[in-house]
Amino acid sequence: MAKTLPAVDVAIVGGGWTGAIIGKELAAAGQRVVVLERGEARWPSPDFQGPNVHDELKYTRRHALHQNAATETYTFRNNTRQKALPMRRWQFAYPGTHLGGAGNHWSGAYYRFDPTDFNLRSHYNDRYGAKIFDEDLTSQDWPITYDELEPYFDRFDYLVGASGQAGNIKGQKQEGGNPFEPWRSRPYPNPPMKVPYAAALFGEAARGLGYHPYVQPSALVTRPYVNSEGLPMSACVYCGFCSNFGCEHFAKASPQVCILPVAMKLDTFELRTGTHVLRAELTEDKKRARGVTYVDASGEEVFQPAEIVVFCAFGINNVRLLLLSGIGKPYDPDTGEGVVGRNYTHQTTSGVNLFFDESIHINPFMGAGAVAVTMDDFSADNFDHGPLGFVGGGYIQIQVVSGAPIGYHPTPKGTPSWGSAWKQAVKRYYNHSASITITGSAQPTHGAYLSLDPVYKDAWGQPLLRITYDLPDNDIRLSAFLTQKGDEIGKAMKGVTATEPGPRKRPFTATAYQSTHLTGGAAMGDDPKTSVVNRYGQVWDVPNVFVTGAALFPQNSNYNPTATVGATAYWIVEKIKADYLRSPGPLVT
Amino acid sequence: MDEQPVRPGRRGVLKALTLGVPGAWAVRTHAATREQDASQDKPAQGDHADHGKAGTARPLKFFNAEEAAAVDAIVARLIPADELGPGAKEAGVTAFLDEQLAGAWGSGDQFYRQGPFEPGTPEQGYQLSFTPAEMMRRGLASLDAAARKQDGKPYAELSAERQDEWLRQMQAGKADFSPLPSAVFFQALLEGTIEGFFADPMYGGNADMVGWKLVGFPGAYASFSNDIERHGARWDGQPVSIAMARPHVSGVKGGTHG
Repeated sequence: MAKTLPAVDVAIVGGGWTGAIIGKELAAAGQRVVVLERGEARWPSPDFQGPNVHDELKYTRRHALHQNAATETYTFRNNTRQKALPMRRWQFAYPGTHLGGAGNHWSGAYYRFDPTDFNLRSHYNDRYGAKIFDEDLTSQDWPITYDELEPYFDRFDYLVGASGQAGNIKGQKQEGGNPFEPWRSRPYPNPPMKVPYAAALFGEAARGLGYHPYVQPSALVTRPYVNSEGLPMSACVYCGFCSNFGCEHFAKASPQVCILPVAMKLDTFELRTGTHVLRAELTEDKKRARGVTYVDASGEEVFQPAEIVVFCAFGINNVRLLLLSGIGKPYDPDTGEGVVGRNYTHQTTSGVNLFFDESIHINPFMGAGAVAVTMDDFSADNFDHGPLGFVGGGYIQIQVVSGAPIGYHPTPKGTPSWGSAWKQAVKRYYNHSASITITGSAQPTHGAYLSLDPVYKDAWGQPLLRITYDLPDNDIRLSAFLTQKGDEIGKAMKGVTATEPGPRKRPFTATAYQSTHLTGGAAMGDDPKTSVVNRYGQVWDVPNVFVTGAALFPQNSNYNPTATVGATAYWIVEKIKADYLRSPGPLVT
Repeated sequence: MDEQPVRPGRRGVLKALTLGVPGAWAVRTHAATREQDASQDKPAQGDHADHGKAGTARPLKFFNAEEAAAVDAIVARLIPADELGPGAKEAGVTAFLDEQLAGAWGSGDQFYRQGPFEPGTPEQGYQLSFTPAEMMRRGLASLDAAARKQDGKPYAELSAERQDEWLRQMQAGKADFSPLPSAVFFQALLEGTIEGFFADPMYGGNADMVGWKLVGFPGAYASFSNDIERHGARWDGQPVSIAMARPHVSGVKGGTHG
């Protein structure tokens, strides 16, 4: 029998980006807010200080900031004919845990989605005809447009201290910026990042081939900056310990750097760590949530009554919470009916390994999670898809993330995997290698979905989330095309002696890291038959429950999700503040 | 506590085995201790000639003496000492693995272990029930048993050529260690060896940062703000490790994140 606590106005599940944004905004509006974070509290100081934070074994190999697979993982299968089995350790993606979640251990690559990401189905239909979509694709328009979201992108830019060179301010092209950039109302708050050697060589070659390379926007600040919450950030020092790490320098934007110190000064805001939420509890008619049940750090079950429940957990974990709570109709791939779990996608990543002659010193350890020269010539619909016969795109870049050598010791194909010959090759190539990375969009299909696993359970006895997914042919064709383009650029780069293109292949495997950009399953939409939440993230069936994060995406863009996750969180909470608090009930009828 | 210094190396191991002294085998000193010592009075030497010197011995936590001898031999073949410098054995990878396997990771603190266990497809990944520690224990026993059966000696006593041949058989999955697939065991050994060779020396391997010096990785270095745009220049500083750092002392009392 659960202990019942005094009621609050708002219970937020998860202390990452969206939980911090929504929690702080509602607490500042006078709502009594509790943020329930399953992990521990972790702060840049003292938790992420150097030199101890520069520990590849702890943070990358032993998953110090990743969801603990021992207690909660996903099961996986390629299709419904297979039996799903648990991912017994993390390889394919690194869902986050502890305060800040994946928004703490992320890399900071910072892109807005393209306007055509939001009206994908209708845009491609209009330009190329409906036949451009393979029959198995369930891609659909968002219920909101880029233009509607722009002010919220802008707001998130100034929260995270985004660095970059604007390419398009209110429709005016900007010299030196990305010519494909969607319009933005203001410049980036900080100038672009420094450019490491490999990225510069990439830019040179890409420019020579007629492309439009530019310095990737990032959420690592490039100079001392006071953000929109009045919190100080410091310049990135390119230490090369960024992805999978907490930032010691207050340079990488995270909830604990950018918002939580302000939120925690509010009397109406409470952060409660070590709270593993099991589900939202519904009223008997299932039309309203009464609050959430969680297990505290000691194992005791606790019921926290609340007027509003917001699911702000890691992307697809929100889908699991919906399913565990009995909210919304689960998707059935046989009938195509139901919505919760529908339109799950990952991201179609690939790469080209490059090997240089020994005169080129790459210094792969001088980097940061998001320091790159990138290009959008093949992103979104910036190129003619007509003759190609697929939808979607991808950016091509060289990003110098880390030279930490447990994970990074590239050797050319054919090198023995151990012994003196291996050792020799590792020494020869460590400072004379780089890789072009390609990040492609991902289309959802009828057969790719999320559901509760019928067999495997988490440490609290609840069903694991089951992922049924394979790459659609559309995305295989996309990856082949983009990887070929990347290989051409690699071959044109100074000092390159060999290239090894690796386009994404079927079947999708859970054994190779691809990205942590797991999206969909609680799509936002205008039609309750094909979406879980309305345009304000409000659950159609249970209007005092809101969902945030990448679970809202009807399909995945070729861009990294965090800017869009942050912008949609502001979009949702502003609507709650403006209308829902005054008149609780459905915001779209 | 028995911290009697023991001369490292196979001779020492064999001697201990011959004498039948349980627990007498010990791996070479914890790199952290050595580097701290070095940093207190003189700059790091950067040579490995002192490897044979009696240092502070480190008792085994996970391996028994035979297992440690086998691991020493295995890691010495996976990353050998050669003209490029010390290998995994000299780097203390056996000590690294001993620490890791005795600790939380070895017992599967990050490993989902609930059944039922089924083979699955290659795309579904590792589906065996072994924790890292269990796999290592069983794999080493299987290897030694197989080596004794076929070659009449435990693995550690075979010639380098025979040792390599066993590793090749395992990597190809041809050695029969059932129910443990030998290729899976080989992969775990290789990954663990690479981790130990390149992880911060505070974990017991990568002694004197030999792994980092091999490739030119600067380690737990603080900042490259001034270097990152010096394109083409080779970084030739000395690496630094967490193990070298003095314990963090904060003068701040009751400080908050705020």
